Amino acid sequence: MTWTDDQPMVSIRDVYKSFGDLEVLKGVSLDVMKGEVICIIGPSGSGKSTLIRCVNALNDIQKGSILVEGLEVNSPDLNKLELRKKVGMVFQQYNLFPHKTAIENVMMAPIRVLKQDRVKAEAAARVLIKKVRLEGKEDAYPGELSGGQQQRVAIARSLAMTPDVMLFDEVTAALDPETVGEVLQTIKDLAEDGITCILVTHEMGFAREVADHIYFTDGGVIVEHGPPKSFFNKAKDPRTKEFLSQIL
Amino acid sequence: MENFFDWFRILYEETGINLPFLYDVYDRARLLNGFLMTVKLSMVCLFFSVIIGIIGAWLQGSSFKWTRRIVNGYIQIFRNTPPLVQLYFFYFAIGTLLPTVETDWGGQAPMLGSFAWAAISLSFFAGAFNVEIFRSGIEAVPKSTVEAAESLGFNRLQIYRDIALPLAFRVCLPALNNNLVNLVKTTTLAYAIAVPEMLYEANQIWSDNVNVTEMMLFLLVAYFVLVGILVWAMNSWEQAMKIPGYGS
Amino acid sequence: MSQRPYQSDLAVLNPIKRSSVTGFDLRLKPWQGGVILAACLLTSGVSFAQTDSTEISVFEALLRWMPLLSKGFIFNIVISILAMSIGTVAGVAWGLGQISTNVLLRKISWFVTQFFRNSPWLVLLFFAMFLLPFEISVLGFAVPFPDWLKATIGLSLPVMANVSEVVRGAVNSLPHGQWEAAESLGYTRRQTLWLVILPQCVKRMMPPWMNLYAILTMATVLASIVGVSEIMTLTGRALAAEGGRTDLLAPFYSFVLLLFFIYCYPIARWTVHLEQKFAVKG
Repeated sequence: MTWTDDQPMVSIRDVYKSFGDLEVLKGVSLDVMKGEVICIIGPSGSGKSTLIRCVNALNDIQKGSILVEGLEVNSPDLNKLELRKKVGMVFQQYNLFPHKTAIENVMMAPIRVLKQDRVKAEAAARVLIKKVRLEGKEDAYPGELSGGQQQRVAIARSLAMTPDVMLFDEVTAALDPETVGEVLQTIKDLAEDGITCILVTHEMGFAREVADHIYFTDGGVIVEHGPPKSFFNKAKDPRTKEFLSQIL
Repeated sequence: MENFFDWFRILYEETGINLPFLYDVYDRARLLNGFLMTVKLSMVCLFFSVIIGIIGAWLQGSSFKWTRRIVNGYIQIFRNTPPLVQLYFFYFAIGTLLPTVETDWGGQAPMLGSFAWAAISLSFFAGAFNVEIFRSGIEAVPKSTVEAAESLGFNRLQIYRDIALPLAFRVCLPALNNNLVNLVKTTTLAYAIAVPEMLYEANQIWSDNVNVTEMMLFLLVAYFVLVGILVWAMNSWEQAMKIPGYGS
Repeated sequence: MSQRPYQSDLAVLNPIKRSSVTGFDLRLKPWQGGVILAACLLTSGVSFAQTDSTEISVFEALLRWMPLLSKGFIFNIVISILAMSIGTVAGVAWGLGQISTNVLLRKISWFVTQFFRNSPWLVLLFFAMFLLPFEISVLGFAVPFPDWLKATIGLSLPVMANVSEVVRGAVNSLPHGQWEAAESLGYTRRQTLWLVILPQCVKRMMPPWMNLYAILTMATVLASIVGVSEIMTLTGRALAAEGGRTDLLAPFYSFVLLLFFIYCYPIARWTVHLEQKFAVKG
């Protein structure tokens, strides 16, 4: 099935996911169009992280379907390499490879996985590091960088694979308040460049400013969703209202 | 060169400090052979114990319950019983069970000599510790780092080779070094089954020359220097492998 | 948004922990004792099947010698306790020397500790056996210096070095703030050491100290090489008395292993229990 721009880039339909006996996702559906920025918010344990991990095939699903640019993620014959070329992910704990410098972290995957020429990959990596405003830190090891800097390298690393969709799993949760801002700015720049982003986040200010659509999950289902303006000001469901009153 | 050694003969005649392993050619050769034997035994045991460690760590991750149990049993037995008794067990108990071979002069000799049994026994002894060390090294590589690599599209072999092994090795190194130093010290046990290593040869020399004090002091200094060099070399290696920005 | 301290949860990125001072770690389980017992019985059973009618059976031989071997084992235990006591007292002294303010004392203590730590236990045993006199004169009387006592002192030397290292490690692991707080309260260095630092260190020193004791207990068999009459020499003599029968080797040595296991197992369990109880955080 060839995918075209007018269809949703990521299409999640009726997804059910359990870990053993514990059902974490109980029928979640959501669509992301190309170029959109989606924020998923909700209390801990509501299944938000699990959901985006399913999009990247890090977790499998029991029922439902997930399509990324027409590629069926939940199919047992999934070509994981194809998926990973389309989808990039940034984690809460940065997960940089500690024994490689920043630039090596960024260019490792294009060289090894995409089989790019080393010189070209290095040049592209330098451009990305500049883009995340870490010029001058190319030869630093992750241990020599601050949390915020590491997270930006992690973003550059995922961008090196030129994905069409970027997933962010609570990427600022482990950072000091001062460095949160620099990472959010980087993500904002990506959004302005037109990259499709799905973020799981607690940063309400960011969500209000940058997101095109906000989804609120609780107990494994999407309780409510809408564009920021109507979501924050005119929330309908009592659970949503309670959550918003606690965090805003 | 002989003049240098003759000086020690003069030293003996003048002061009574008897160092025959320096002025006497035969004793010199004996002690040198003993030293080389110690080094040889250490290296053979090091090599095999590392292999045993790797195989054991791999088998410990097996899905078969009995494979795991056998490996664990081996580890606990070898770690919690005196290595000397293990040595005797191998040399006497198992050695006598094996068939004998004919020597050149028509007599019957056991199939494996004392050096072989010492090597086998000590390799298994050190190997038991190595299994634990390697296993903890592999477990120390965080699952999330492996996941990040997976998300970038690396396949299993690439992850193992480029990410898991280099990181696991750095975690293992201090404990491996410690084990190596202990191994060199433990080679002296081979004395008990008449392997002509350094302690044994020193014993021969002091039996002939009745200069126990000098030989003892020499031995202490020799082992101190040998272990000292080893520790220094290992520390240098650890330093070279260090990931900048991390470590105490 | 709460402030999180900059600490990685990636184990590989945390400071590389040096493995325990002595490098060995004992984790015994009851079923392993069962394995050794099974090995003992199994090898005995095989030997039993092979005995002809003129020789006594393996089980009879074992039973005959068991009391003597057990007495020998108790001697091993006595040696271990004695060596541990001497080594601990001396080790604590050297350990405190290593943290002294006197530079010369520090260097000497460090050197002595490293020297005895780097030496093989067997060589130190020989050292003590040969260089200690066979009798000493006390108040004009010639008191014989028995072999086992020399061996005990020989074994106490590496214990001393390792205890010194354990003490130094424990003292260094205490937060700097303890010293500063005591100082600002007006304690002298000696008072700080005895009233504040060392009491806290005792907890941290227990697990490696007990680990060391287990290693020492197993090292007591080395005394057999230098001629002390402990369990290994007695086993050798028992086997010789039985006519050097090769089928008795495995059962007898398994019995020795079993004795060690029975003694070391409760100690290992207690060590694990203590480690968990005194788990040092941070």
